[in-house]
Amino acid sequence: MKGMDRRDFVKATGVAGAAGLAGCIGGDDVGDDGPTVGIIEDRSGNFGLVGTPKWASTRLAIEEINEDGGILGEEIDIFDPDPQSDNTRYQELVEQAIQEYDVDALWAGYSSATREAIRPIINRNDQLYFYTTQYEGGVCDQSIFAVGATARQQLGVVIPYMIDEYGPDAYTIYADYNFGQLSEEWTRIILDENGGNLLGEEAIPLEETDFGSTINRIQEEDPDFIVSMLVGAEHEAFYDQRLSAGITDIPIATSTNMAQGYGHRRLEAPSMENVHCGVNYVEEVDTPASNEYVDAMYDRFDDLEYVNQEGQNNYFSVYMWKEAVEEAGTFDEDAVKEVLQEGMEVDAPEGTIELNGATHHMTHNMRIMRADENHEIDFPGEPEIIEPTFLEEDIGCNLPENPEERQYEPFGPDSPYEDPFPDV
Amino acid sequence: MDMTEVPAFVDIFSLVNLLLQFLDSFAFLVLAAVGLVVIFGMMGIINLAHGEFILVGAYSTTLAAVAGAPFVVAVVIGTLTTAVFGILLERSILKRFYDRPLDSMVATWAISLMMIQGTRIYFGNSITQASTPFGSINYGPYSYSAYRVALAGVSVAVLIGIYLVFTRTEFGLKARATIQDADTARAMGVNTERIYILTFGFGSALAGLTGALYAPTLSMSPEVGQNFLVEAFVAVVVGGSSVVMGTSLAGILLGAINAFFSNVYSTFWGRIALLAAAILAIRLMPYGITGVIENIRDRRRAGMSLRESLKIPAVTVLLGGGSND
Repeated sequence: MKGMDRRDFVKATGVAGAAGLAGCIGGDDVGDDGPTVGIIEDRSGNFGLVGTPKWASTRLAIEEINEDGGILGEEIDIFDPDPQSDNTRYQELVEQAIQEYDVDALWAGYSSATREAIRPIINRNDQLYFYTTQYEGGVCDQSIFAVGATARQQLGVVIPYMIDEYGPDAYTIYADYNFGQLSEEWTRIILDENGGNLLGEEAIPLEETDFGSTINRIQEEDPDFIVSMLVGAEHEAFYDQRLSAGITDIPIATSTNMAQGYGHRRLEAPSMENVHCGVNYVEEVDTPASNEYVDAMYDRFDDLEYVNQEGQNNYFSVYMWKEAVEEAGTFDEDAVKEVLQEGMEVDAPEGTIELNGATHHMTHNMRIMRADENHEIDFPGEPEIIEPTFLEEDIGCNLPENPEERQYEPFGPDSPYEDPFPDV
Repeated sequence: MDMTEVPAFVDIFSLVNLLLQFLDSFAFLVLAAVGLVVIFGMMGIINLAHGEFILVGAYSTTLAAVAGAPFVVAVVIGTLTTAVFGILLERSILKRFYDRPLDSMVATWAISLMMIQGTRIYFGNSITQASTPFGSINYGPYSYSAYRVALAGVSVAVLIGIYLVFTRTEFGLKARATIQDADTARAMGVNTERIYILTFGFGSALAGLTGALYAPTLSMSPEVGQNFLVEAFVAVVVGGSSVVMGTSLAGILLGAINAFFSNVYSTFWGRIALLAAAILAIRLMPYGITGVIENIRDRRRAGMSLRESLKIPAVTVLLGGGSND
């Protein structure tokens, strides 16, 4: 205590105590250096491949903003550990981001299983959270902005196209966890709405790599097209086995493959031939806004392999958050959320889209991404703006009025839908 | 999937489906396990980095194939690279862990973690992969990947090869002598140090061959070796310590169970059945299938009739917990 008399000491501890107390009450930016965002995206493990562009895009957006003078004159700090595709680690890191780093906004999680694992922590702390992966839909939660396309938006663009092009009969294979199971239910609804027919379905465990029997079952049913909601690096083995079993002539509709894990770049052609993915964005989208974003990504990250759909969702949502903070004039999460809930138009690399304030979901420019026998990509037809209708119209989710924290399922008690193919 | 549904074998083609799925499952189990079982059975090292030996084989094969090498040449490159890698690892680290099974588990686990992360840092989250050679076998409305069926033939050839190496060559004789009693073997003029190196190299080469053969069928990510671990350890536990007989019998038993449930019900039930069978096997045959067989053989040698010698092991198998000592 040399050089510090008793009065100074009392003052110092008093200030520290007050800061500590303020911290307990939960005010932002107290006892903190400045605004911080959390970027908790997989860079290793089963989802490392698809998570890396999400992490990179979020970093790029924040760095661009900081170079441009920050937000409200403040530089944004980043907390970005690697959760390694491990849900337990996600829970620890989200706790740490909220408690220790006091993040003002959080981008976290690839899979729906991860989102559900961290959602209780997010809700307990009323943390402003952006979930950006395309997903099964139905999350009506006052702390979460689910800005990726939903199953209804993705399958809603690709399944009608498949029925028109190839015929009505479908066979579904899907990853056996909440995302796949609920997307499979949406497949039934969308098939039925468009005059399609479901011949059969199979849930595939996430770590499965042997698809011999699955392919035999598909052949037994002889569908006009396959609907695939396979997820992760292990499941990609399906595409090579599809090629070596000689069934690339059965076209595939998907909401997951290619757009996230860029199988068309990594697998030898023609294993992804005739695969059609409903996407709101991939780096092949050739518009000035898209090209500018893709160039910036490859300039910043030398060893980046692909700019995927989810990366773009992280990118535009960071800018959307920036605009809301500036309009609110504060980083306070409640104030920012209030601005976002008024709805907002966003100029994203995919085109102009709109945030629906009532449900925290986005409209998207939905496209069909199709690979040919050389894995060249084209987008048949014009991009189609599809609204996230399920929560608003079918459920009546209105978060500003009724701040719920739940997920609605397509065949749940509050949903108007009934299983159109109860025997399959 | 409704389990009460009665499986209908409507035609011969469905039986062909089942047979091909069995060959596929058998090959995967045997090839996943051979490298592990040689290193464990012969050297007493529980190699938790087994998956990463497979990773070395898979990556070197893929890199060679994508660079333009014919597939067979790429497989040879993958196998040899893994053998060299295994020998370097044995000389630098693992030779300190002989007959220290628990310590060797921790050490090899650490090696596994470092290799996965090292691969990620150097190669990224994936590399471009080669596609499966050959085409398909077509029958009726169905088809199956010819390559995956051919792997069943390769796995049988590998088992025969291992048998011949350990029973018909001078190296095999010396290796078995060294494993049984290293001091005596040394006294008889066997260079045991050299035998350890070669045996470890042989086990590594087998793991590398597995990685090489499955490289075109799997996603090339740093975790590719993890795909084999469950099957490898289950096959070793069910088969017991005998390299050739244990592995083949485990492959047949577990392959049949996995194929039946995958084919008739679903991939999901195939996996559940495989793991349930492993749990039952550990409970009923703590020394694996070969433990039971040795038990019967010992009783025969002790002068019991065949009938008599089968009786008691059968009882222990059914009631569980029998000792083979």
